[in-house]
Amino acid sequence: MQKLYAKLNKLFPLGELTCQRENLAFVTVSREHLRSVLLHLRDLEGFRHLVLLTAVDWIEEGAFQLTYLLSDRTEGRDIGLRVMLSREDAAMETIHDIWPTAATYQRELREMFGIDFPDSPGVNEEFVLEGWVDIPPNRRDFDTKKFAEENFGQRPGRETRDPANHMKEQLYPDGA
Amino acid sequence: MKEELKKRIIKGPDGFEFEVDPIRDYYCEARPAVEPPAYMKIVEDLFNWARAESLWILGFGTGCGAIEMRPLMTPRFDAYRFGVQWRPTPRQANLFIISGYLSVKTLKRAIRSYEQMQNPKYVIGLGSCTINGGMYWDSYNTVKRLDDYLPVDLYIAGCMPRPEALLAGFEELKRIIRAGEGEGANRYAENFDWYKANQKRVIHDWDMPDYNW
Amino acid sequence: MSYHFQPDRSQYPQKKADGTLDIDLASGKYLKLWQGPQHPGITGNMSVELTVCGDEVVEGKTHVGYLHRGFEKLMERRTFIQCFPIVCRVCVPEPDFNEYCYAAAVEELAGIESPERANWIRTLILEMGRINSYLMYLGGQAGSFGMGVIGQWTTYARDLMLDRFEELTGARIYHMFILPGGVRDGLPEGFEKRMEETLLEIESTLGDVYDVMFCNAVFKKRAVGVGFIDPELIDPYGVTGPNARAAGVASDVRKDQPYLVYPELDFEPVIGQDSDIYARADVRRRDTLVSIDLVRQMLAKMPRTGPLMAKIPNVLHWKIPRGETYIRGECSRGEYGYYLVTDGSGYPRRVNVRGPSYTHAVALLERLIVNLDIADVAGLMVSLHTYPPEIER
Repeated sequence: MQKLYAKLNKLFPLGELTCQRENLAFVTVSREHLRSVLLHLRDLEGFRHLVLLTAVDWIEEGAFQLTYLLSDRTEGRDIGLRVMLSREDAAMETIHDIWPTAATYQRELREMFGIDFPDSPGVNEEFVLEGWVDIPPNRRDFDTKKFAEENFGQRPGRETRDPANHMKEQLYPDGA
Repeated sequence: MKEELKKRIIKGPDGFEFEVDPIRDYYCEARPAVEPPAYMKIVEDLFNWARAESLWILGFGTGCGAIEMRPLMTPRFDAYRFGVQWRPTPRQANLFIISGYLSVKTLKRAIRSYEQMQNPKYVIGLGSCTINGGMYWDSYNTVKRLDDYLPVDLYIAGCMPRPEALLAGFEELKRIIRAGEGEGANRYAENFDWYKANQKRVIHDWDMPDYNW
Repeated sequence: MSYHFQPDRSQYPQKKADGTLDIDLASGKYLKLWQGPQHPGITGNMSVELTVCGDEVVEGKTHVGYLHRGFEKLMERRTFIQCFPIVCRVCVPEPDFNEYCYAAAVEELAGIESPERANWIRTLILEMGRINSYLMYLGGQAGSFGMGVIGQWTTYARDLMLDRFEELTGARIYHMFILPGGVRDGLPEGFEKRMEETLLEIESTLGDVYDVMFCNAVFKKRAVGVGFIDPELIDPYGVTGPNARAAGVASDVRKDQPYLVYPELDFEPVIGQDSDIYARADVRRRDTLVSIDLVRQMLAKMPRTGPLMAKIPNVLHWKIPRGETYIRGECSRGEYGYYLVTDGSGYPRRVNVRGPSYTHAVALLERLIVNLDIADVAGLMVSLHTYPPEIER
């Protein structure tokens, strides 16, 4: 993976490399170079399989991380490309012309994170949710517990305990 | 509201123009009515006995509980010997098994399927998630109490309930029906406004008729 | 056997300037038809919106979300060990892959190594789950073409396997057996003998299924040549597992990136050629036999003593340093994976489930469904082995 990184780094300005396993690495790529890196990896390095495209919400840093995970089946190695986006009006270029299946992932990201992918087919249609009224649910600032309590009628009698406190009180009452 | 549900003017293949309002045209607007019992108790008892012995389940697997339906149809557990069988359409079924959590999107379809079933009809809530949300108690997309939205006759607890638990549930439901207590459809008709208010509180884009029979 | 190729319908219906189909519903030529969610010919709780012209589908659109519970959100507010009972609920017919992928991802980020004996038992459970899932598939595939009796047989055989699961883990469907750090228990007394009986019974069922289903002229007429996946579509559409292997692409995670104890087992991935419904069904039938063989090999080679759990920290205060990883496994439908991101707190930052149906049931299905007859839609959907909960989680 180091070799591949060195080779890529000559062509594109790349960010930080994290070698997770010997056949899995994550590289930070800037937004404008992502498309050319993806095409290079797909056409010249054999990473022809888009495994997943997903987002991580780093709300403290005010950024979304998009992860494009590519796989090279013949060599048995994977590379994840991280792209950091600003959380404000998050938008990203679509890659559905490189991998048609990416359109589905982008539709989901649009719905669950509110990241826009202009020109991606059907990106503004509802995918999983129907009649959603709140902020996109997979964002960190969306509180699912509060939403559930306000929206749905609850059956009385349900008790919730903090497991740490409960174990302390029930199993170790003398504070061991 | 979706484009195809809006009121519009359509030109037919023969050149004739007519107005279509899908939500009003295709459904009966009458509210559900309470079905009074038969004129004599003994006749009603006979009816209830007959109803109890032919529970026809609507084949709508709303959640993961649907996976235990298949073993029930096979000789090992063989629900058919209890007069239970599966039907593909709501018009032929009288028992709706809500097999697990209902997401808001499925709730909409479940209500429509339930309303299309013929009277008398029964609902079984299968799994802990229909009782109080179960494992998904804090999920933003599943309803927590099924009996707020549909009149439930019986709950079968567990995650996931075994086929034997379902068979015991069928026996219990038969007992309820024979005792004349399986009045779910009548409860639904009596408290129709309450059920509708609950349903509309959860389903934010209500784009279907209030009662589609 | 003769197969009549469809005349070229690629120019029909005509396309608009922006590439979308010119379908005017008011003209009376086309009809919208919903298959699902309440429909006997649908795989689970999903639906396909078909636009048909006569008996022929001109456009299909997958609608999912009926089973969305928001697992990825729920896991963000549960500690690492609290996530463990809910991960298996993501996928019902084969829940063990969720447990394994989640456990392996947590172990990798926390720097824990599960003991060898636990790895053997994990592999055994995964292969047992694969047999289960394939048996269910064979019943569904036959049922979608009107052969109900095959479903009765395979469900019976699957029940026997569920008994073995019950013996081993205590539950029929949701086993919750693979914990981060190892597995809960070892094999019970006499398990091998009862397992062998079960495997013999399943083999005999598969023989019957071969005679009645695969040699059946009706099934051949319905399945051969229908639902063809061009091998060129494999990579752009992210097709994995038996769907890809039936197209002649040797893509099997068990061989490409061996995990658990697969390097020590002797097997060859099953490859098909024709890439139609029949070929996919046949690949899965032969793969079941491979899995049965693998279970036998494992029971013969498995170490009987040794620890079952690695030492893990106090689960109530378990914090995992910042990192991200992706763990994959070859489940019966294709590549199943968990992408886990941690941020140094006691909760996962993000969990993403990559189910194989995600690509098969949406983009691929929408492409394959065009020009099919309505009656073949159910067969095609089953043959892709789609399972909706892993699309929407």
